[in-house]
Amino acid sequence: MTSITASTNPANNTRDESIVFIIMAVVLAIVPFTGLYPYFVMQALCFALFACAFNLLIGYGGLLSFGHAMFLGTAGYVTAHALKVWGFEPALGILLGVAASAALAVLTGLIAIRRQGIYFAMITLALSQLLYFIYLQTPFTHGEDGIQGVPQGRLFGFIDLSRPLTLYYFVLIVFLLAFLLIFRIINSPFGEILKSIRENEQRAISLGYRADQYKLMAYILSGALAGLAGSMKVLVAQNAGLTDVHWSMSGEVVLMTLLGGLGTIFGPIVGAFIIITMQQYLAQFGQWVIVMQGAIFVICVLTFRRGIVGEIAHYFKRSL
Amino acid sequence: MQALYAQLLVGLINGSFYALLSLGLAVIFGMLNIINFAHGALYMMGAFVAYFFLEYAGLGYWWSLLLAPIVIGLFGIVLERTMLHRLQGLDHLYGLLLTFGLALIIQGLFQNYFGSSGLPYAIPEQLRGGINLGFMFLPIYRGWVVIFSIIVCFATWFLIERTRLGAYLRAATENPTLVQAFGINVPRMITLTYGLGVGLAALAGVLSAPINQVRPLMGADLIIVVFAVVVIGGMGSIMGSIITGFALGVIEGLTKYFYPEASNTVVFVLMVLVLLVKPTGLTGRAN
Repeated sequence: MTSITASTNPANNTRDESIVFIIMAVVLAIVPFTGLYPYFVMQALCFALFACAFNLLIGYGGLLSFGHAMFLGTAGYVTAHALKVWGFEPALGILLGVAASAALAVLTGLIAIRRQGIYFAMITLALSQLLYFIYLQTPFTHGEDGIQGVPQGRLFGFIDLSRPLTLYYFVLIVFLLAFLLIFRIINSPFGEILKSIRENEQRAISLGYRADQYKLMAYILSGALAGLAGSMKVLVAQNAGLTDVHWSMSGEVVLMTLLGGLGTIFGPIVGAFIIITMQQYLAQFGQWVIVMQGAIFVICVLTFRRGIVGEIAHYFKRSL
Repeated sequence: MQALYAQLLVGLINGSFYALLSLGLAVIFGMLNIINFAHGALYMMGAFVAYFFLEYAGLGYWWSLLLAPIVIGLFGIVLERTMLHRLQGLDHLYGLLLTFGLALIIQGLFQNYFGSSGLPYAIPEQLRGGINLGFMFLPIYRGWVVIFSIIVCFATWFLIERTRLGAYLRAATENPTLVQAFGINVPRMITLTYGLGVGLAALAGVLSAPINQVRPLMGADLIIVVFAVVVIGGMGSIMGSIITGFALGVIEGLTKYFYPEASNTVVFVLMVLVLLVKPTGLTGRAN
């Protein structure tokens, strides 16, 4: 039985990844001067981070979460509430959002990690639906309206984030730092053990590793980083709502990662940009966007399971 | 007390749908090792087939009850032959992703043509009206749904647990290679099993059409609840799926009466509790 993520090239040099990372950082840094709509790129960056966080769990831990929207939405609500109602400074608001989704990840992880594979996917989906109904009913989320008009405020008290260019570079820096953190986690001893559990859990256990604890840790890291994406998204869009907790959002992040390449480092970013671009330009076609997303799922699973970046990496025999 | 009995009845009806859907999921999972995410979409298609039959062919409820499961079953067979069977030997999760994509396609297409609002479907003439049971008023159609669902569930149980065909099926679930070596056409059995499973979903769709109206998204949220039902019951036993389905429907109905705020979430909360106490599900075996 082939694993859901084909093991990448074992060559341990990270030179290719570093080069691609630098190119990516430079391209993203000059985006505001190219005439591209910065709001659109910021939104795509938030989703790219969301997808990278999701990929940490499935790509390296082998766990398919179908409820990752709960972290995106929870952190979003908490950050929005902290900024708008409590008047928190933005960095503190984001930190609070991340802490909330990390706490949520601990709670749901302890429950979901008890089952594997297909059951894990169903349990995370059900847990996120549970949370969706809770957010629908609790007063602080304002139900269908969501929290609107969230002020962006001044970062550390003196950097005005309501200026688009400043906000753009803030989002970009957070994105790049989070990406480097994920890269570091993947290449750490922890990441290596995680991959060994994905490949052969029984053997990892017999070698003395507590597989469940490693999986739980990966789940918490993934949830917290997805929360960071949610908090940043609130800062960009200035609102937090139910769509961010809905199961269709959980499906979208799966789609982005699958399209870009499960278990590849840059795949989720490519996937997120493609899907967000598609939504942006095809918005006028209404539900056809959903149909197309479904079609991409089917085509990916049937024809190129490695995803776009995975196929490229496979062709050039590199790990990207 | 009237309201309590009414909610109990609603619970039994929802339980019927949970049972029929989780039964289909369990049968499909047993043979194909796939969690059929498209199950909710196919349930919806069953209801729409009934609607089309009535609107365009003049075929009434009883014809739909017979033909819709066959039509959707054949559609499922086409899906299995063209797509799902290519996933054999791959990680189970690919089946989930593929069928999720199929669900998006089907629901998106129906939303394009029919919007999100419900289309009415009349209760058949023979089942209109109600009976006064003394302690409550029982609408005949609702009573019919519960009784007919129980009959279908037990018929499926009998087919799988008590007939020769069912014995082949159970054997193929345990060890397909060995069963094939005895000269039984296992790939065809897999295809027919998928057809049977989605046929049950379509049947639930037809039953639900006069009660819940015919909507493109009628199965989208339902399938998530059914997943929770499946996690609670475990997919190891047919009877387990049936009983868990009905029991959770009733519990949900009771919650609607005693604490309506939690009626949306009670099944998920129960799932959490069951996972904490018995992670393999109530009837499930360790996998």
